[in-house]
Amino acid sequence: MTPVPFGDFVARAQTRGTLVVQPRMGFSDPARMREGLLRTRAADAVTAGTLTLDSYTRVGDLAAARRAVAEGVALNGYPICTHPLRTSRAVLEGLHDSAFPVQVRHGSAQPEHIFSALLALGLDASEGGPVSYCLPYGRTRLRDAVSSWRAGCELLASHGDGAAPHLESFGGCLLGQLCPPALLVAVSVLEGLFFVRHGLRSVSLSYAQQTHPRQDHEAVAALRRLAGELLPDVDWHVVLYAYMGVYPLSRGGALTLLEAAARLAVESGAARLIVKTAAEAHRIPTVSDNVEALETAARAAATATRRPERDAGGSEVYAEARTLVHTVLGLDDDIGRALLTAFRRGLLDVPYCLHPDNPGRARSFIDRDGRLRWADTGALPLSGAAVSAARKVTSADLLAALSHVQRAYDSGGTP
Amino acid sequence: MNSTHGTHSPTVLITGTSSDAHTWNLVYLQLLLEEWGRRVVNLGPCAPDELVLASALEHDPGLIVVSSVNGHGFHDGLRLIRVLRSHPRLAATTIVIGGKLGVDGLRNVGQVRRLTEAGYDRVFDDGDMADFRALVSRLPARAVS
Ligand code: B12
Repeated sequence: MTPVPFGDFVARAQTRGTLVVQPRMGFSDPARMREGLLRTRAADAVTAGTLTLDSYTRVGDLAAARRAVAEGVALNGYPICTHPLRTSRAVLEGLHDSAFPVQVRHGSAQPEHIFSALLALGLDASEGGPVSYCLPYGRTRLRDAVSSWRAGCELLASHGDGAAPHLESFGGCLLGQLCPPALLVAVSVLEGLFFVRHGLRSVSLSYAQQTHPRQDHEAVAALRRLAGELLPDVDWHVVLYAYMGVYPLSRGGALTLLEAAARLAVESGAARLIVKTAAEAHRIPTVSDNVEALETAARAAATATRRPERDAGGSEVYAEARTLVHTVLGLDDDIGRALLTAFRRGLLDVPYCLHPDNPGRARSFIDRDGRLRWADTGALPLSGAAVSAARKVTSADLLAALSHVQRAYDSGGTP
Repeated sequence: MNSTHGTHSPTVLITGTSSDAHTWNLVYLQLLLEEWGRRVVNLGPCAPDELVLASALEHDPGLIVVSSVNGHGFHDGLRLIRVLRSHPRLAATTIVIGGKLGVDGLRNVGQVRRLTEAGYDRVFDDGDMADFRALVSRLPARAVS
């Protein structure tokens, strides 16, 4: 059976009213990786498969990946550029077909080697972006990431006729926590546009669950509305990430947080959910941890129904995200250059990001009502959006903010 | 690179490992050490071994803190300490590593021993903050020249 285009698979499930659930799963051992894919496919849920790559492959240190594979060292993901082609083919053999698309998830600012490797395996779905896989993922200069992602998109887009390669923006995550939703929405939309300008016809835009359910609903609504306005004529959907920050330590807390993510996905009109497991706070999850998470999420999703869209145009998130997106688009016809200019001028600025190309003036905080807000907008074009917390953040303050969600769920509540 | 200035206290060099992109650990450790009165140079994530070496020689730190949580910390940390200890000027510098060093969430006694044998003065687990503080407080003060 020929593989199904990733975007079509998700669109069909959404039409049937079913949320697609997908793990972040990767092991260096090919047999274990195959078992993980088999059991993802067999899980009691509509699933897409994932090959999550290891950190050496991500940063392009293929020598270290080779050494680790030769010595049988367990890595934090699947080294797709290192295992021989026939080994990776055997991992996927008979699995990747019309009922089960497989996506490669990586975290690489310069993904050309990864895209070549996945295309050679007959895969054509991946994720990331020139900003979202650069600033949070190391020290590669933003201009180098932009040119690599241009080349990477073109490589993927030019592949095969009739195929529909798919790219998902990771813009909805950034550092995983403490980023005001408007910036997550804006980066996701801008990266989606970047992909389309460089030839992709099927994309997804992401948003990661944050600290405040109502604000999260507004964010997904804002994302869908901006995508509708700016991405006509291409296939797109919204993918939600279960909480990406410091995760609950307890099993109960972890699974309850995941269930909240699954309901949020369905209620807000996201088509796909990337799950987190009960092992998140502790170690790389096993295959069983992942299957448990997929089935837990699917069960929770089945109990939820789509909520009628309230006026997304009225929300704070939409207004801020729209301003950010249009400010950046107004800087240059070339989105890559516009992104570079925006970061140089501080018109985009990721709170707490240490990357040398991040302005580092904007600051965020969790407000008393639980919403993520700006403590300082730096040079962002969001005058008036800052609620000045105006005091120096101590290590204890930072840890308290980072563990806000963990604490709430570990004590049996919600934030 | 972020740094702050204090007086009469040796600099602490904080760094991630070559393959590790996580930064909240580094931001947190920097704040903590500054609150403990230390001047900090924070190299950030994915620091290649040669950059750590060059920065260590440049700043002459009283303490080097290696932090890794991505699961490759044992291997990256082992490679890094060999590079650092091979330089005579760093033979006596206090160098520690901590975080989530493996992929299975377990403390591996054999790995800890190999890290200390290769030259780390201490290997800290995920939550060892009290011990870390005690170690930092024992660092000698040093006049700024
Ligand atoms: C946020 C996050 C991310 C963000 C990071 C953004 C950024 N720039 O920082 C994003 C989404 C980008 C990310 C990416 C990845 N992540 Co991540 N991430 C997390 C998460 C959810 C929280 C980490 C965090 O912010 N903690 C807050 C800080 C303040 O605390 P901390 O880092 O835990 O450090 C504490 C202690 O360890 C200690 N400490 C740390 N260092 C040192 C050093 C010394 C000397 C001392 C004394 C103490 C000490 O101090 C801190 C406070 O107690 C954790 C899981 C969790 N905890 O819930 C996973 C986690 C750390 N990530 C993990 C992995 C594997 C990755 C990836 C490789 C992707 C993958 N395969 O899943 C990539 C990294 C790519 C790369 N090149 O390395 C794994 C690591 C597995 C392991 N070690 O067993 C974890 C545990 C998730 C999991 N269960 O799989 N991640």
